[in-house]
Amino acid sequence: MSLLGNFDIAGSALSAQSVRLNAVASNLANAETVSRTAAGTYRAKHPQFETIFSDTLHGRENMGVRVKNVLESNSTPIQQYQPEHPMANEKGYIYLPNVNAIEEMANMISASRSYQSSVEVMNTSKQLLMRTLSLGQ
Amino acid sequence: MVISLDNALGIHSQALSLYSQRSTILAANLANADTPNYKAQDIDFKSILSRAENKHSGGTKMSATQPGHFGSASSSNFVAERLYREPDQPSLDGNTVEVQKEQAAFTDNSMRYMATLRFITGRVQGMLTALRGE
Repeated sequence: MSLLGNFDIAGSALSAQSVRLNAVASNLANAETVSRTAAGTYRAKHPQFETIFSDTLHGRENMGVRVKNVLESNSTPIQQYQPEHPMANEKGYIYLPNVNAIEEMANMISASRSYQSSVEVMNTSKQLLMRTLSLGQ
Repeated sequence: MVISLDNALGIHSQALSLYSQRSTILAANLANADTPNYKAQDIDFKSILSRAENKHSGGTKMSATQPGHFGSASSSNFVAERLYREPDQPSLDGNTVEVQKEQAAFTDNSMRYMATLRFITGRVQGMLTALRGE
């Protein structure tokens, strides 16, 4: 029954969106992580999604989603001149991560909305299945 | 008159199968709402069901004259070919899913599934009444 496939699809979306939420949480938590060197600075992480296909009797269908890889932002870290800072290097500079808090918040809202719609899909599919199981009664 | 369950339920059993297939396609669209280059899909419900209806009402059928020929599709392997949706607002990442439209279509499809279930329940109850003769 193809309604059961809805749970796989919506489930894959839930796990992909939770990875995205996790990345947002990590980025926001590390937004103020100061580093001594530019190379050692935390870089914002962004998961990249891709569609998964499964081969069925009728060809390629039953598509869900998964995280292909987690990309690190390659924009340059913020350099600040703070010679009194304990992490400052010999020239008096510290490096802050390139995390854009506004971008992260927008990402978080988008991820939670997508998560909610997948939960809705699961709930509706469950109701339909339960009604189908009690067919003819 | 030959009594068969397929005839008793009419087009509704095929409609139910088609609705469940469509719900899976719409669920996949919603799941891939944030996937770059994903193209939203749907099925042409009307044309597929009218094809099934022709078959159901004994319309044109393919004849199998050789042992290797495929017979006409029965309700068990009743499959809809997928078409790509034309987006109103295409996005830069190549994704053509419009979440609000997909959600509306999913809810609409679920309601129609429920309605079809009610029709089948009605037919089954009619048969049960006839069998019991109460």
